[in-house]
Amino acid sequence: MDWDIVIGIETHVQLKTKTKQFSGASTSFGNEPNSQGCLVSLAYPGVLPVLNQEAVNCAIKFGLSIDAIINRKSIFARKNYFYPDLPKGYQISQFELPIVGEGKLSILIDNHTKDVRILRAHLEEDAGKSSHGLSHGKSGIDLNRAGTPLLEIVTEPDMSSAEEAVAYAKKLHDLVQWIGICDGNMQEGNFRCDVNVSVKKKGSDVLGTRREIKNLNSFKYIKQAIDYEVNWQIETIEDGGLIEQSTILFNPDTGETKAMRSKEEANDYRYFPDPDLLPLIVTEEDMLTIKDSLPELPSEMQSRFVKDLGLSMYDASEITSNKDVADYFIGMINEGASAKLSVNWIIVNLFSRLNDEEMSILDSPVTFEKLADLILKIEDQTISNNAAKKVFEVLWKNPEESVEGLIEKMGLKQISDSSEVEGLVDQVLESNANMIDEFKSGKEKAFNALVGQVMKASKGKANPSQVNEILKKKLSN
Amino acid sequence: MTISQEDIKKIAYLARIKISQDESILLEKKLTGIMNLIDEMQKIDTDSIEPMSHALDINQPLRKDEVSESDIRKKTMPLAPEAEDSLFMVPQVIE
Amino acid sequence: MLNLSLKQLSQNLNDKTFSSHELTEFFLSRIKKYNKQLNAFITIDESSSLSMAKMADDKISKGEHKPLTGIPIAQKDIFCAEGWRTTCGSKMLENFIAPYNATVIQNFNDIDAVNLGKTNMDEFAMGSSNETSYFGSVKNPWNLDCVPGGSSGGSASAVAARLAPAATGTDTGGSIRQPASLCGFTGLKPTYGLVSRYGMIAFASSLDQAGPMAPSAEDCAMLLNTMASHDHKDSTSIDHKKEDYTTNLNHPIQGLKIGIPKEFFGDGLNASVQKIIEEALDKYKKLGAELVDISLPNSDLAIPVYYVIAPAEASSNLSRYDGVRYGYRTKEYDDLMDMYFKTRQEGFGEEVKRRVLIGTYVLSAGYYDAYYLKAQKIRRLISNDFKQAFKKCDVIMGPSAPSVAFGSGEKKEDPLAMYLQDIYTISTNLAGLPAMSIPAGLSSNLPVGLQLIGNYFEEGRLLNIAHQFQLSSDWHLKIPEGIS
Repeated sequence: MDWDIVIGIETHVQLKTKTKQFSGASTSFGNEPNSQGCLVSLAYPGVLPVLNQEAVNCAIKFGLSIDAIINRKSIFARKNYFYPDLPKGYQISQFELPIVGEGKLSILIDNHTKDVRILRAHLEEDAGKSSHGLSHGKSGIDLNRAGTPLLEIVTEPDMSSAEEAVAYAKKLHDLVQWIGICDGNMQEGNFRCDVNVSVKKKGSDVLGTRREIKNLNSFKYIKQAIDYEVNWQIETIEDGGLIEQSTILFNPDTGETKAMRSKEEANDYRYFPDPDLLPLIVTEEDMLTIKDSLPELPSEMQSRFVKDLGLSMYDASEITSNKDVADYFIGMINEGASAKLSVNWIIVNLFSRLNDEEMSILDSPVTFEKLADLILKIEDQTISNNAAKKVFEVLWKNPEESVEGLIEKMGLKQISDSSEVEGLVDQVLESNANMIDEFKSGKEKAFNALVGQVMKASKGKANPSQVNEILKKKLSN
Repeated sequence: MTISQEDIKKIAYLARIKISQDESILLEKKLTGIMNLIDEMQKIDTDSIEPMSHALDINQPLRKDEVSESDIRKKTMPLAPEAEDSLFMVPQVIE
Repeated sequence: MLNLSLKQLSQNLNDKTFSSHELTEFFLSRIKKYNKQLNAFITIDESSSLSMAKMADDKISKGEHKPLTGIPIAQKDIFCAEGWRTTCGSKMLENFIAPYNATVIQNFNDIDAVNLGKTNMDEFAMGSSNETSYFGSVKNPWNLDCVPGGSSGGSASAVAARLAPAATGTDTGGSIRQPASLCGFTGLKPTYGLVSRYGMIAFASSLDQAGPMAPSAEDCAMLLNTMASHDHKDSTSIDHKKEDYTTNLNHPIQGLKIGIPKEFFGDGLNASVQKIIEEALDKYKKLGAELVDISLPNSDLAIPVYYVIAPAEASSNLSRYDGVRYGYRTKEYDDLMDMYFKTRQEGFGEEVKRRVLIGTYVLSAGYYDAYYLKAQKIRRLISNDFKQAFKKCDVIMGPSAPSVAFGSGEKKEDPLAMYLQDIYTISTNLAGLPAMSIPAGLSSNLPVGLQLIGNYFEEGRLLNIAHQFQLSSDWHLKIPEGIS
């Protein structure tokens, strides 16, 4: 039996604003409990919400970056339910008329692009936090986070594998940071995904019942959870069981998904328009102002790099995955370094170092100016690629050094003087007559061995392409 | 529209209000009476009418994103039925 | 001091005939004398009131005072006043000391008026007789066996018995106007959005409005000057040009067109009340006004619509009372759910519970369109009725309540009968229009109120029209026997 997987994702993005969605309390993270619990955040009798302008701007920025419809009029609604971390007993959200309508985000999967349709994105507020097991049988409620602005982004069920789901989540994660609306710190809960998973018989039009895996805050968990859930659903159906629509949690320790314990009836949220808030109107002027403030979008930049700089789609995508990386790259090519080499060095050499030390590119000890410098020295044949790698390692540990200085100090200047190289080639040919014979009798490998000998004789400093050229010439005589 | 015991049970649950059996029976009559009053609304056709949420035709004002509130735990913690180390204490929340 | 208007009191303070301290003490001693019988006040804090009076006297001596500086004003216990117990008439907030000032309270504080005390009210403003308060029923000073009306019954009783020269109230379905009618004084519900709702404990957010309650229209105008303000903390607060509501009180009303809705004079209106209203309208004719017949065809649907919208909004507004962060929490509970259920069962009274349940029901899955949405549509029709009517007239008049004050306990067990008390007042809340009740006569020695309904932001005009009536009548000056 072949199965299709159907996945839709709802992402809660914490907006990068100084204050909460409906009050002027600070949104900063990691402070003493309830120190950011203002009167409105704590839902005292008589308090009222007032909407954060910056949160609205963030939503519009997002809508513009996914080519979405921006609803000129949107309405706030109350989602009613009881939970200790929800002080009002309702969450202010948007229901029938969200601020952002249909849009799309394209992902790169197996070297081809796929559009994931975004159904809507709406503004709402975050809940507080509960800490468990402090005193016996009690939970402690911290409302610092209550009221933090969120943008909930909802896709159509367009993804058909865990890989696609992760690709979407990563792309979205990059995008919201790129346009400056979210810090993307998943450990701090800035970016949380609820993943809806269902399976259906291959090619069937009938969708299966979906289950919702809540609050996944890492890409690794998203993949693990989906893989487990899909297997579980398929096994259940094949065993003759039925899938019940439910909310489930992923346990990272066991790698399993499990339906939430509460046997409550499905929550009836009794949505109705919030009478304390008025319709949110976005004017043409607002739209233009915000559009102007948007940086070049990653997709635009990617296309530009492919077209103007001749980068491959994959490379262009990698280099524009993150605004800081893109800025670094642009910095390098502005210094004159070639696009292709710059991309390679960033993606291969720089990224591997950054990953090892869990650093972001902003903290890289090797600045884009210095790396560009290094690349230019490869391009003008001053040093070989291998030599450059050595310089890079030293530069990483000694960022105050200059590229030229290190090349001198480490004596890595490539020998590009053809007469000098000729001399070395002659030297090697003289002492390796048997290799010459082998080459002449058809063994190609012997040529490489001879090149190797020359490089060794030059202590790695000979320009490899020159060596190749001269050796070929001499051997063909 | 009659409100049944089943209805009362459901809405009392949603509203988190404990209603005893006796109270529920008393409520059934009173609430049904109110619903009958409300059902008067059905006698008029409103298909083409726009709902009215607010008296006046004005838009949502926007607030500048600047911190204007400070730490008021000195005021808020003493009002709590149970607080410990600046946390509001409640019976254990079970996921 | 007993029979002086706010204007006169203000003048006296200005002239230093007496001090705010003396004035406040005077009313505090009246409260001490009569509150046991009337139960108009829930909280009195003599030292706080007197220290506010001292500060006022200080301002007066420096010549830095405003018209209401030093005037003691009774505050409905629905307004959060920092440091004062604020109960909203409920066990839920029995010991709640408000951590901040409502904007209305702050406005009074800013001009150094004196907080005379917090008045009794129907629990969470739900009621028309002040019999649902956790703190006991309030009595009508005109007849202690009768109700003062509600929900602002405490403020009403206090003003009628002159335990306070003025008070604040709130009006969601008639809760200022109906008590003003039943207790024989002047009450005004402003245009929705004119007075900030920040700090005013919410009942039905799209209908609630705070307003003044005092013997005369002139008094109310002075109070409105302080109460009305644009507030950034209330998104529904209107940025209306600041007006002085006392300046146009003496405009002549010659040629004023008064619309008389036929729907306000049908069955259900007590005959003697009708007679008094007709006499009042006659008086207006003598003052130069013209009566015009109008119709508000959807009036009969106002009550069903109100009893969908108000409970729906209330059911959501009252969800915050859960025993977690403030207020009442039940003593014994097994777990979180148990705590919620018992806290809300014990903390809320019967009427509140009924309305929360109805509100929950009409918003629940499958019912939203048939009830809430339908109600909001009919609301527009009701509002349109007024728009049409105001094309033909300048002001609309009729009774404020269908009868005089009824006996305590008479309607308590019959919610529907109680709801019909608001039959003439509710539609104006739904439309958001300003409206007043002014005393128009006595029937069996119980007051009857005339209601005036104006177009949006025409408070000044309403007060003018009311004032002209009061210049040539003295119903608003009458004080019940036994209280003087």
